[in-house]
Amino acid sequence: MTEENQTLKISKIRDGIVIDHIPAGRSIRLLSILNVGEHSGHTISLAMRVKSNKKDYKDVVKIENRNIAEEELSLISLIAPDATISFIENYNIKEKRKVKVPETISGILRCPNQNCISNAKEPVETIFHIVSEDPLEARCEYCERIFKGSDLIGKI
Amino acid sequence: MLKNRSVVTIEDVSDEDLKEIFSIADDMEKLLKENRKADIMQSKIMCTLFYEPSTRTRLSFESAMHRLGGSVISMADVKTSSVSKGETLADTIRMADSYSDIIVIRHPLEGAARLASRFTNKPVINAGDGSGQHPTQTIMDLYTIRKELGHIDGINVLMLGDLKYGRTVHSLIIALSRFNVKITLVSPESLKIPDYILKRVHDEDKIKLSTDLESSLPEADVVYVTRIQRERFTDPNEYQALIGSYSIDSNSLEMMKKDSIIMHPLPRVDEISTEVDRDPRAAYFRQASNGVPVRMALISKIMGVM
Repeated sequence: MTEENQTLKISKIRDGIVIDHIPAGRSIRLLSILNVGEHSGHTISLAMRVKSNKKDYKDVVKIENRNIAEEELSLISLIAPDATISFIENYNIKEKRKVKVPETISGILRCPNQNCISNAKEPVETIFHIVSEDPLEARCEYCERIFKGSDLIGKI
Repeated sequence: MLKNRSVVTIEDVSDEDLKEIFSIADDMEKLLKENRKADIMQSKIMCTLFYEPSTRTRLSFESAMHRLGGSVISMADVKTSSVSKGETLADTIRMADSYSDIIVIRHPLEGAARLASRFTNKPVINAGDGSGQHPTQTIMDLYTIRKELGHIDGINVLMLGDLKYGRTVHSLIIALSRFNVKITLVSPESLKIPDYILKRVHDEDKIKLSTDLESSLPEADVVYVTRIQRERFTDPNEYQALIGSYSIDSNSLEMMKKDSIIMHPLPRVDEISTEVDRDPRAAYFRQASNGVPVRMALISKIMGVM
């Protein structure tokens, strides 16, 4: 079955965003970090393990009447480094963007090192410096340990 | 330039800074031998915040500041201070900022000194943060090697013991890798150097990992021993079985070069037997005595008076 036929499994949306090329199985986590779900008031369409041309399988998510903030783009990049985001207005793609892994990520992640001062009740937000995009690795500004992406994403 | 800058990790101290600190420390040592005071830090106050027990580090920092003619204020005990009432480190630092000109901190959590430096414009010196770094010990260790052997480039350094939790070795490995040296890391498998430290090393080819002490001893110019903490082992028998293979005694001395040195950040427990103390190669007490002149030099550089 072609990719086009697969995407027809989800109907077009009028306004909102389409996040494509999410690694298969990661869409639920992605929705959770974007804080969209049963209480957010958005209509969400989700397709998991769709045959993809690029990778073997992928997930696709469509969220109606939702925009994406710049810092959310960097967050998505940690879970889905190849994702593309289409901004839909009146059924048309107004803009299409690829996510980009930022140089630093502030405030979103928690340090997996329990002995790190950023996990104490101090008035600071976490800061992670990306040291490698593929495989994803980031260094904590405070304890200076380097963590794998999977360890960091597990802490979101 | 270290003037008005914090020293949180050894990477905050450039090669040029190191050279200058060594040269000033030489002068300070002469001054101390002649029983003279520097008096270049009059009206300056150092605040020492020690959230963890310390003997040598705290005393040598305080002694260094007094020898420079400055004064020291300190938090007597975490239990009697506002920390015990739940005050954040950030708030304590804001307070220390208005009371002093330079802050020295030791804390059980990693990154504490970095956090402290964010809440003050005054320079912060890291005197040890959890299993993180201990940069002033490293400067002192490098100074000791240079003084004892005459040079740092071209030497073989063997580091022995707890390389996983020992913060002094973490800073020292990173710093030594900036020189033309060969480093052999000998530790039990369960206490080997963490990957996140190896990733910060300048040239990983300079480093060799081993679990066999005897084969590495004859090559070493410096044998840097660290304490293997009994409490790291759930089974006391395991500790007893291990300690013999990772300690230095008179047999080890037989295998070592005649002009090599043995160093230890102290306190020493079972890992260097007391019979070694009489050997001229035992440099650990001389190493500890370098703490004051080296810290005098560092404080002077940071405060911009040298």
